[in-house]
Amino acid sequence: VAAPSARGVGAPAPPARRERPAAAAAGPERRVRVRAPGEPRRVAYLYLAPAFLFYLVFAFGPLVYTAWLSLFDWDGLTVGEWVGVENYDKILSDPDIRSSLVHSFELIVFYAVLPVGLGLMLASVIAHSRVRGVTFFRAALFLPQTIATVVVAIAWVWIYAPEGPLNEALRAVGLGGLARGWLGDFDFALPALGLVGTWVMFGLCLVMFLAGIQKIPFSLYEAARVDGAGRVREFFAVTLPGLRAELAVALTFTTIMALRTFDLIYVSTAGGPGTSTTVPSVLVYQEAFVNGRVGLAAAVAVVLTALIFVVAFAITRVVDRDPSR
Amino acid sequence: MTAARREQLLSYAVLGAFCVVAIYPILSILLLALHERSDLVTGFSLPDSLSLATFRDAWEEGDLGRQLVNSFIVAGTVSVVTAVLATLAGYAFGAMRFRGSDTLFYLLLIGLIFPYEATVIPLYYLFKDAGLTDSYWALILPQIGLSIPFGTFWMRAFFRSTPGALVEASRLDGASSFVTLWRVLLPQAWPAITTMIVLVFMWTWNEFLLALIMIQSDELRTAPLGLALFAGANRGNQDVTLTAAAAVLVALPVMIVYVVLQRSFIRGMFAGAVKE
Repeated sequence: VAAPSARGVGAPAPPARRERPAAAAAGPERRVRVRAPGEPRRVAYLYLAPAFLFYLVFAFGPLVYTAWLSLFDWDGLTVGEWVGVENYDKILSDPDIRSSLVHSFELIVFYAVLPVGLGLMLASVIAHSRVRGVTFFRAALFLPQTIATVVVAIAWVWIYAPEGPLNEALRAVGLGGLARGWLGDFDFALPALGLVGTWVMFGLCLVMFLAGIQKIPFSLYEAARVDGAGRVREFFAVTLPGLRAELAVALTFTTIMALRTFDLIYVSTAGGPGTSTTVPSVLVYQEAFVNGRVGLAAAVAVVLTALIFVVAFAITRVVDRDPSR
Repeated sequence: MTAARREQLLSYAVLGAFCVVAIYPILSILLLALHERSDLVTGFSLPDSLSLATFRDAWEEGDLGRQLVNSFIVAGTVSVVTAVLATLAGYAFGAMRFRGSDTLFYLLLIGLIFPYEATVIPLYYLFKDAGLTDSYWALILPQIGLSIPFGTFWMRAFFRSTPGALVEASRLDGASSFVTLWRVLLPQAWPAITTMIVLVFMWTWNEFLLALIMIQSDELRTAPLGLALFAGANRGNQDVTLTAAAAVLVALPVMIVYVVLQRSFIRGMFAGAVKE
């Protein structure tokens, strides 16, 4: 929601009223100075201070400090050496780091593009038929969002296991030749993990789009029908524009989650086999806390952060540009 | 009419199919956990008899009791402290006008999108220098900082939605800003605050990376960290039922809360979709 609702931030406060004679004359025993509503209040800073203290010291500050660390060659123990942008050069030249970024973009397809596309299609199919038990369906579809990723990883490691349900299902329908240890396979491990992301994100997208379609005035659909629009035209002319805000939120959220993936991969494959499922956040952990290349890890973290900001900004600009506002 | 009926049936079929897909992975580890440890389990096999013995073994061997308590202490503290701080900050943003409010709010919004994976390196050395790694503090303090943006954002939206006339009337009565918050606004704010607490509790409960980096001693492991290490230790000996039982027990507390409060869960997630 950050993207679309950031928009309301600049909304003007109600106009300040200068004097309230009635209140001012309320009685001499009232010693509290009456303040006009909407008048700037310095006491606000007092209310903000504790929250900002925690945020700046434990979240925003460390983010800035990571950028500083990325300019050093540091093993975490001895004195670091200033190397400027050398760590960033290394990111560009190191094939493993570069491929980890490519893996991230592959994950975006599974975490963001697939669930959003699928969610859009199904939401438009379902939207206007009367379905009972919505509460149940919504709760079930949303369930994957609430489960700890470590648990999700364990469940899917089982599903993809050599003797697990997926291979058994394949054998049952005569496709036993395709059965394999999915997460141990150099070619299939990353798509297999990507599909876990699709599973986690799909329900969220569908539920969000269904709620969004309810808000589109039904008269728009009727008008489209009168104009002789078929289902496809109706989708592109009415549904898609009406879901602009939801689309922006869903795409931003799922893409960020794709880029941030750590728990799932660390627990299920630890980046393997080889480096076939290594992603930047796994590299950050390995380089900083296993290999003792703290500066390089920090540089990877900075690149990851920059990527997320660029993507979030781009999605907001492209998708959430409502001409009527 | 028949077309509408056909459409309705199609909708049920589609929704039903995807619900099965959404639930099956969770169901599969539950079924796995209901097996005896000695059972040879493959694919879709169902347990012969309902046995909770594997759960008991996982509870004992995985030291789950202690880990769940640790997770409760951390997630409880983080969500309650966040609720207090975010309510105060959200009140300032939502009901007061002051210089720099936009700038400060944008600064906070950055916290909704940046990956906290990018903050863990300095956090580790910060806590190490203070001698506080391997303590509850190393898990609690950073996660308060990380939850503040969502909490403040959420409470600001609530305070903006309350009628301004209410605040105005209270202020004209001579009430201080704090009395206005305490007596006039808070009584209506509880549903919003509860939703926030539940969501922050869930996110903190499920957190893994910070615990992985900060915690070294067995007694301080949180449930997800303990579970991941337990799964790793049991991977070699094919003891899939044991790991599955531990996983179910770790997921259970949040799932129970989710089933009870799913409405506010989903509403809150949409508002804070970017935080997670």
